[in-house]
Amino acid sequence: MSSGTQVGKDGLPGAPGSLVNDLAQWVADVGDRTMEWLVALGSLSIFAGRMFRWLLSKRPQRETILWNFYHIGVLSLPVVAMTGMFIGMVLAVQSYAQFKMLNLETRLGAVINMSVVRELGPVLAATMLAGRVGSAMAAELGTMRVTEQIDALTVMGADPIHYLVVPRFLACLFLIPALTLMADFMGVMGGYFYSIHILNIDAYYYLQNSAEYVGLFDLGAGTAKTLFFGASIAVIACHHGFHCEPGAEGVGRAATYAFVHSFVAILLLDLVLGIILEGIYGMLWSTAPRLV
Amino acid sequence: MAVSTAEATTTSAEGDSPLLRIEGLHVRFGRQTVLRDIHLNIRRGETVAILGESGCGKTVLLKTIVGLQRPTRGRVLFDGRNLLELPAAELARQRTRFGFVFQQAALFDSMTIGENIAFPLRQHTAMSREQIAEVVLRRLAEVGLPESVLTKKPGELSGGMRKRVGLARALALEPEVMLYDEPTTGLDPIMSDVINELMLRTRAAHSVTGIIVTHDMRTAVKVADRVVMLYPLSRLEVGEGQILYDGPPRAIEEAADIRVIQFVRGEAGERLMEMRRLQNAQGEAGHG
Repeated sequence: MSSGTQVGKDGLPGAPGSLVNDLAQWVADVGDRTMEWLVALGSLSIFAGRMFRWLLSKRPQRETILWNFYHIGVLSLPVVAMTGMFIGMVLAVQSYAQFKMLNLETRLGAVINMSVVRELGPVLAATMLAGRVGSAMAAELGTMRVTEQIDALTVMGADPIHYLVVPRFLACLFLIPALTLMADFMGVMGGYFYSIHILNIDAYYYLQNSAEYVGLFDLGAGTAKTLFFGASIAVIACHHGFHCEPGAEGVGRAATYAFVHSFVAILLLDLVLGIILEGIYGMLWSTAPRLV
Repeated sequence: MAVSTAEATTTSAEGDSPLLRIEGLHVRFGRQTVLRDIHLNIRRGETVAILGESGCGKTVLLKTIVGLQRPTRGRVLFDGRNLLELPAAELARQRTRFGFVFQQAALFDSMTIGENIAFPLRQHTAMSREQIAEVVLRRLAEVGLPESVLTKKPGELSGGMRKRVGLARALALEPEVMLYDEPTTGLDPIMSDVINELMLRTRAAHSVTGIIVTHDMRTAVKVADRVVMLYPLSRLEVGEGQILYDGPPRAIEEAADIRVIQFVRGEAGERLMEMRRLQNAQGEAGHG
């Protein structure tokens, strides 16, 4: 840099409003944002580490487990089932015209069921869980943070992560596969009902196509992915709740970010796990019939 | 200072070593320093009121004592041990020696009043359900609440009742040190006096050491046998200590420092002048 270069506000080079100054400001902003993300990621990792340490070292109390299993799992069933059923039906509606043109409408069974079991069932169940449970967990824990209930737990010698986070994590982890199976079942039933009874597709071939292309691996792979979705929803939502800023605005922001960040994590994990599972499938059954 | 015979015996048995020793405590949040170089010793059986205006760091000090807030520098020794250096299980055990009454009571919303008071007993004792119920009733009676509140949720109670439940919960494990964070804030004068009386009774019944964070002079005078007054760092001169007064409550009105007198008498003093200067500056900027 030449000695004639001016130093603007904030000690950045260039006259205010100049291109150099704007560029330097932009780089500084990007740097700040990157640092914020790294700090947040570090904080999340430490939080998850502490949670796993408690998970492995001390069993949670029975009543906290039952309460969370009921609220996270049982109460989510209706909404997940309904979503699954409509998705199956919507897939039938959307795909029918194209498949009919090619006289391949009986292939709808394979397309609908494969989509539901491998992708839509797991991702929708996880999204519903993030929306219904993740936001609620962040808001509840955030309120507890703001009203000093988490501090109260600590001073009474009960670790808040062990008492509040571990049961929620276990409930999300163990119940999301069950919710996914429910979404899958309802999606398959919804698709079948619409295809056979509304679109008058031949039931025999519809089912035969399904059986040919959709196997236990697809069901298992789709369900296995949800373990990762459930774990990430619980950790992200509880982390947002624990680090909630004061006031109603802080609680609202925690709930919103819990959903947004969980959703992004679900999609990212879905992509990565999808690639890995596809590779495993290719290795195990390289000659099996494929839809594409 | 009035010290009962029982307290005097305990003190002599333990020697003169304080129960709580705060050494060179600094607490900073980001760029803002809230507590600077605080040194304070609190003896067993003593009741200390920490006075000061809002934002002077009273609550932060209370939370640092019990390890809810990590100091930037310095340490707090409880019974000769630094709580923050203890392993998690031992720290949890040591914390049961404290009872903390939070400003807004911090009762667990999802539990009934009975479950709230029973919580520490369920966590740390092997008592049967019946024994726990018995202790809960005893604590409830101690704070003057009827049995009918046991099945209610915290949201159904008034502020004063919630504070009393918070006190009952803090007393459940019969702690050695009671920490009160603004116990009378937001209460009417009658209920404030009830809380003051309960703090006195708690001290008499359980021989606890007490630390009361408050800005209520009546509480300090009635309940405490020592007053420590903190001042906001932003208003101090360079090199000045943050503790402006440390002594008996009755003598605070004769303190030499005008800032202590202003606080005791509730006089805004230079704050009003600052406000006027700010208004004038804003007015001139508006006309300009």
